[in-house]
Amino acid sequence: MIVNLAFYFFSFILLASAVMVVTSRNPVHAVLFLILAFVNAAVLFLLAGAEFLAFILAIVYVGAVAVLFLFVVMMLDVDFAALKEGFQRYAPVGALVALVLFGELFLVVSGWSTLAGAPAARLYPTPDNLTNTAALGNLIYTSYLPLFQLSGMVLLVAMIGAIVLTHRDRKRSLHQKLSAQHARTPEQTLRLVRPELGAGVSVPASEKEAT
Amino acid sequence: MPVSLSHFLVVAGLLLVIGVFGIFMNRKNIIVIMMSIELVLLAANLNFVAFSGALHDMVGQVFTMFVLTVAAAESAIGLAILVIYFRNRGSIEVEDVTMMRG
Repeated sequence: MIVNLAFYFFSFILLASAVMVVTSRNPVHAVLFLILAFVNAAVLFLLAGAEFLAFILAIVYVGAVAVLFLFVVMMLDVDFAALKEGFQRYAPVGALVALVLFGELFLVVSGWSTLAGAPAARLYPTPDNLTNTAALGNLIYTSYLPLFQLSGMVLLVAMIGAIVLTHRDRKRSLHQKLSAQHARTPEQTLRLVRPELGAGVSVPASEKEAT
Repeated sequence: MPVSLSHFLVVAGLLLVIGVFGIFMNRKNIIVIMMSIELVLLAANLNFVAFSGALHDMVGQVFTMFVLTVAAAESAIGLAILVIYFRNRGSIEVEDVTMMRG
């Protein structure tokens, strides 16, 4: 009973904050509502019995991804009022598509049934004597180890890609180049001359530049 | 599982519809479009987890983890592209993204 009440409560907040993400005028508010939606989805994960994923969602998504969104929204100085125009123009088409999509999904949800032999065909049944985290660990470090490593590679490639994309050389930086300093020889920079008395030395223009 | 599977499916379906609706509504604001994509992926994850709990099968949770990984990578790359695009253009309007072509 109380679980049902919790389910309705958190799913209502989830859907309401999702609507606010989509419709709010200020993108900072949208990101904050996205964080609220993620937290409520984490609670729904808990209700469905996936404790580890619930905490992954709260830590990784709220702690990293949503805050990344927040950084970008605050860093870019965008005229968001101009981006909002056309909101009313696209609303009917969007509502139509959403209605059709929801109708189809509703037909699917209300019409499906489980095959008779389906429960016997489970790939890895949930063990009763283990915690959720231990069961998940047993699976991803044995049967799904290649996929798990591959998802690590996906994250590595994403990290390198993001760094390469956003990195830029600062031309005006005054940092020391040790290799260039060590590669200098006296022949490149120094010329010993013995000037005649009273005549001085004529310095070529190129050497004047260097000094 | 005390809450039935259909409840989760309806919530996930509504979440997905809201995400798709958001993509249509905010045609110009690419940040909100990316947030809508996050909502759609969250709906997919909710379906995975709900089926995993209802059918007592752990594989759904494993794949939820992979979906989370890919979604995090996607949003990181997308935001990086957005930052350099804004640096070049001074705006984030979706309509003239075609200038990114070679």
